[in-house]
Amino acid sequence: MHRPSRTTALTALIASGTLALTACGGGSFNEKSDPAESGATGSGELNILVWTSSDAENDAVKSAVDAWSKDTGTKATVNVASDLVQQLSQGFAAGNPADVFYLGAEVFAGYAANGSLLAYADELSNADDFFPTLRDSFTYDGTFTCVPKDFSTLALIINTDAWAAAGLTDADIPTTWDQLKEVSAKLTTADQVGLTFGAEYQRIGAFFPQAGGAMTNDDGTTATVNSAENVEALTYVKGLLTDGVLKYPADIGAGWGGEAFGTGKAAMTIEGNWITGAMKTDYPDVKYRVVELPAGPAGKGTMQFTVCWGIAADSANQDAAKKLVEALTSTEQQLANAEAFGVMPSVQSAAADWKARYPDQAAFLDGADYAVGVVNAQGSADVISDFNAKLEALASTDPKAILDSVQTNLQAVLDANS
Amino acid sequence: MSTTTTARRRPRGSGLRGREAAAGWLFITPVLVILGLFLVLPVIMAAWVSVSDWTGRGSPFSGDVGFVGARNYRTLVAEGGLATQDFGTSIRNNAWYVVLVVPIQTAISLFLAVMVNRKVLRGRGFFRTAFYFPSVTSSVAITVLWLFLFSASGAVNKILSYLGAEGPNWFNDPRGVLHVTLSAIGIDQPAGALGAHGFLGITWWEWLAGPSFAMSALILMAIFTTSGTFMLLFIAALQNISGEVEEAALMDGTTGWQRFRYVTLPMLRPTLFTVLTLGLIGTWQVFDQIYTGTQGGPSKTTLTPAYLSYSASFNNGHWGQGAAIAFVLFALIVALTILQRFALRERNTVPRRKRFNQPPPAAGDTPPALPTSTGSQP
Repeated sequence: MHRPSRTTALTALIASGTLALTACGGGSFNEKSDPAESGATGSGELNILVWTSSDAENDAVKSAVDAWSKDTGTKATVNVASDLVQQLSQGFAAGNPADVFYLGAEVFAGYAANGSLLAYADELSNADDFFPTLRDSFTYDGTFTCVPKDFSTLALIINTDAWAAAGLTDADIPTTWDQLKEVSAKLTTADQVGLTFGAEYQRIGAFFPQAGGAMTNDDGTTATVNSAENVEALTYVKGLLTDGVLKYPADIGAGWGGEAFGTGKAAMTIEGNWITGAMKTDYPDVKYRVVELPAGPAGKGTMQFTVCWGIAADSANQDAAKKLVEALTSTEQQLANAEAFGVMPSVQSAAADWKARYPDQAAFLDGADYAVGVVNAQGSADVISDFNAKLEALASTDPKAILDSVQTNLQAVLDANS
Repeated sequence: MSTTTTARRRPRGSGLRGREAAAGWLFITPVLVILGLFLVLPVIMAAWVSVSDWTGRGSPFSGDVGFVGARNYRTLVAEGGLATQDFGTSIRNNAWYVVLVVPIQTAISLFLAVMVNRKVLRGRGFFRTAFYFPSVTSSVAITVLWLFLFSASGAVNKILSYLGAEGPNWFNDPRGVLHVTLSAIGIDQPAGALGAHGFLGITWWEWLAGPSFAMSALILMAIFTTSGTFMLLFIAALQNISGEVEEAALMDGTTGWQRFRYVTLPMLRPTLFTVLTLGLIGTWQVFDQIYTGTQGGPSKTTLTPAYLSYSASFNNGHWGQGAAIAFVLFALIVALTILQRFALRERNTVPRRKRFNQPPPAAGDTPPALPTSTGSQP
C-alpha cells in the first residue's frame, strides 16, 4: 500500500470538490428545475403540450399556434407528448407545468380537484357557443373550467364493398338491435367478421343509453351501473360475441377497430370521427360509409368524447394563454381543424357549416343531439379501467356480475367525492 | 474510489490522524452527496407521500399537504375495495411470475454455464456471446419482438400449428393456465371455501388461476433475457474452481453427476444465493415489459405492483397509494430475501463425504461471483 502521491491527492480533491458542487447545483426539489416537457415560463413565453393522434393534427395545431404567435408577438412552442397524462402529472408535481395543454374529459376532474387548473372558460367571449353537453363534461363543482377543443361521437362504419358482396342494399342499413345482429351475421364470412369494436366501456357504453340506461343518475351522485336496462344492453352485446358475429379487434389480430376495419378483417365497426383520418392515410382504397348507430329498445344513443384546452393555475402567462385558447377555439379555426384532421367543431356556430361541408359524415354530428359523455367523476378512471378489464372477458362472464361489481366500485368513488 | 479507500486505510500513528479523518470525509463527500440526493432523499420523500394526502400538485412538503397516517396502506390491503382488489391481483400475477421465472432461469443459466465451461466444447466464445446477447439488448426492443412473435397469427402460433396444436391468442388471452388445465379435467368452478374466501380482495380460486397466457409469454421472455446474465456469474464462479479439486474427485472414482452434485454445486452456493437473490428482486420489480408491452392487460392479468404503483400515481393521481405500494413491495422483497437466506444457509453439520467444506463462510455476505475460500485451496 503505497502513499498516494501529492498530485493524485490533489486531483482527487479537485475532482471530488467539483462533483460535490455540481451535485448541489442540481438544486433542491422545491426549486423549479427543468423537466423536459415544460420550458421556460414567466418570460412571456407559452408552452403548449399536446398529444395528437396524427401528424395532420400536429401540423394543424402547430401552424395555428405559429400564426397566432406571429399576430400577437407572443412566443409559443408546441410540444407533442409521448405520454400526456404522465407528462402532465410530472409538470404539476414539479410546480412547472405546460401553460396550455390537452386534457381529456376522463381525467379532467382529478386535476380540477387538486387545483391544478385555471377555471377560465366563462371568461372567453365565445363561452356560450360551446355545446351544452360538452360544457358539462368540463364543469367541476358548478364551474365551467376549460373549453372543449373539439369532439367526436361514435357511429357505425360500414365497408360498402363487403356490404354489396353480402347482397345487402341501402334498405338494409340497421336501425334496430335485431337488424344489427342480422346484418352482422350476413357479413360474417370465413375470413371476415361482421362487426368489431374495442372491448371497452368507451364503445360498449353506447349501448346503455340505447336501452335506456346510464352509468349514474343525472346529477352524478348515485351509480346506476347495474340497472335492468344496462344488463339488457350488455346481454345483447354478449349475444353478438357468442354468436360469433362480433369479435374484439384484439381477437382478430388488430390493435383497434379502425385497423380491423381497414384491413378487411371486419365489415363494420363502431368508431368515432378519428377513423376518417386513419382511413385516408392508412387505407385509402377501402370504401366506407358512416351511419348512425342503430336504436335500441329505448331509442337512439351514442357516446361522445372530448378534450379541452387546459390552462395551468401555475402558469405565469395566463392572459396570453386565454387569448391563445380563444383563438384556437374560434369558429373559423375549428372549421380549419375539421378540414385538416377530421374532428367536429365544439362550437354550435360551426355546426351547420360543418354538416354542409361533410355530408358523408353527418351521422357523427347527428349523434351529438343524443350523445352521452363518459363518466368523469374524480377517481373514476380506475373504475373504468377495471370495467374494461372485465369487458375483455365478457363472452365467458355473466353480464350482471360485471355490472354489479362496477356498480359497487363506482358508487364507492362517488361517495368518496361527495 | 480506490483513492478513497487508500486514504482511509493509511497506517495509523503517523501523528496526522486528525487531518486524515478530515481528508477521508472530504474524499467520500461526493458519494455521500450523490447518495443522499438521489437515494436517501427520494426515499424519505416517498415515505412521506405514502402517509400523506398529497394530490400531485407542487411540493409534497408544502404546508397544505396533510398527514393521514396509515390510510393509504389501509386502502391498499384492508378495505377490500377496488384498490385492494387491484393490489391483490398485481401481487397474484407477480407471485406466479416469480415462482416460475426464478427457479427456471437459475436452472437454465447454471446448465448453460456448465455447458459452455466445458473445455471440449468447440466455439465456446461463440456460444457465450450468443447466450449473453439477449441480456444486452434493450428490454423494450425484446418486448416489441415478443409482441410480434406471440401475436395471434405470429411465428409461435405458426410453429404450434405445424405441430397440430392451436396456440392461444397469447397477449390477449386473460385465462389463467392453471384454470385452463383444471377445466380440461372437468373442474370449472371453485370448490366451496376457495370461491367464498380470499385474500387481498380476490378469492383463493382467483389466486390459483395461474399466470395468464399473456403473463406466460412474459415469463418466457424474462427467462430468455436474463438467463444469459446469470450464466455469466456462474461461469465466473466455475472458473474459480480449480482443476485440482475436480481431479481429486476423479481420483475418488466419482461419476460425472456426482462430481457436479457433490463438488461443483456446493462450491457454487454463494453464487447460487446471489443469482437467486438478484432474480427474486428483479422479478418482483418487473415494470418495463409491462409498460411497453401490455399495460397490465388483458383483464389485468399482467398488472404488477411496480406498474400499479406507477399507474396509480401518474395516471390516476393517487400518489399516496402509489408510494404505499412501493413500500409494501419493498417489505415483501426484504422478507423473501431473508427467508431465502435462511433456507440456503450453510448447515454446520456437514456430512463427512463433503470433504471440501471448510468452516462456513457467511452465506450471502460474499459479493457476486467471487470465489469462496474453498475454491482456491490447493
